[in-house]
Amino acid sequence: MSTTDTQGELWEVFIQSKAGQPFKHAGAIHAYDREMAIENARDTYTRRGEGTGLWVVKSKHIVSVQPNEEGYFFDPANDKVYRHPTFYDMPEGVKNM
Amino acid sequence: METTKKSEKELLLEFEEKINGEQKIEPLDWMPEEYRQHLIRQISQHAHSEVIGMQPEGNWITRAPSLKSKKVLLAKIQDEGGHGLYLYSAAETLGVTRDQFIQWLHEGKSKYASVFNYAALTWADMGAIGWLVDGAAITNQVSLQRTSYGPYSRAMVRICKEESFHQRQGYKIMQNMMEGTKDQQEMAQDALNRWWWPALMMFGPHDGDSPRTNLAMKWKIKRETNDQLREKFINKTIPQAELIGLKVPDSNLELLTDGTYKHSDINWDEFWQVVNGNGPCNQQRLAHHIKVHNDGAWVRESAMLTSLIEE
Repeated sequence: MSTTDTQGELWEVFIQSKAGQPFKHAGAIHAYDREMAIENARDTYTRRGEGTGLWVVKSKHIVSVQPNEEGYFFDPANDKVYRHPTFYDMPEGVKNM
Repeated sequence: METTKKSEKELLLEFEEKINGEQKIEPLDWMPEEYRQHLIRQISQHAHSEVIGMQPEGNWITRAPSLKSKKVLLAKIQDEGGHGLYLYSAAETLGVTRDQFIQWLHEGKSKYASVFNYAALTWADMGAIGWLVDGAAITNQVSLQRTSYGPYSRAMVRICKEESFHQRQGYKIMQNMMEGTKDQQEMAQDALNRWWWPALMMFGPHDGDSPRTNLAMKWKIKRETNDQLREKFINKTIPQAELIGLKVPDSNLELLTDGTYKHSDINWDEFWQVVNGNGPCNQQRLAHHIKVHNDGAWVRESAMLTSLIEE
């Protein structure tokens, strides 16, 4: 058996279920080029009309945060409660806010 | 900003806290090596089962009794291939390539569900496989939707949505045959007789003989044990058989007052024979997979070259 991996590259698949909805990660597929990637994504993840839109991107191009290596990565959000509307006490009687 | 390196013990504690709090573990999270290895084994075995499971049914595509039944069977088998792909993609998040999984399958280092080592002899077997084999698989997979590993859980949710069509199309075949001629009824009963026990074997050994169950339950890879799932399947399937006039091949069946059934035990000698490679079709199934894989090698190689040129 050959020891070289000839399965093609790994691509991540994102599906938009309806127009106007955000694209959601569905899984991954293998493909050798863009055309095959989008067709494989269709055949694998949308056999029952699950999507109206599809994105595929090579897995190696995705940048992500490794939870334990970057423990403090999300910390800047922790001390900024003033970004949430509930931070602000409103005077009684104020409307449409 | 100061980053302190956590000890293995602290990481394990955090991991188990997450599991106990019903949080999913994601690919980049820290996980114990045993957890990773258990998942690699279980998910790849699951993926291989979906793909090898296409063979007994593929055997009947050209002999389906009508155009409609052929279309249904083709759609069902295409789904199984798709399920294999969902699962390989979930397994690959653990750091092993699909190429490697396939190599392990071919070398006999990785197993697939033993039930696919039985032959599909008649059209009624398409009914029995959909109804019983997919039915047993659904029982297991519904439970696995709550598995602690995120990518596996999400693949299970997707698969469960599709499996109920599989079970229904199988049951429908059985129902149609039971409403047909005496020969057709006998053929349906014969298929049930041959597939009932292999379907029950799909849940694996008794809990006491399943050494990895404890850890898998503790870390919530599995949510219910082999025996719990098997009993669930038995209790819901027997009434389905009776409804269309089929008789479950177990002379010790007895409906108990709590609605569950008393039944005979599995022939464990046969179970281990098939697991260890001596079932009716073990060699044929694997040989076929290897042949098709090797026959397609030149396609993959030339596609690889083309993709390099594109870049």
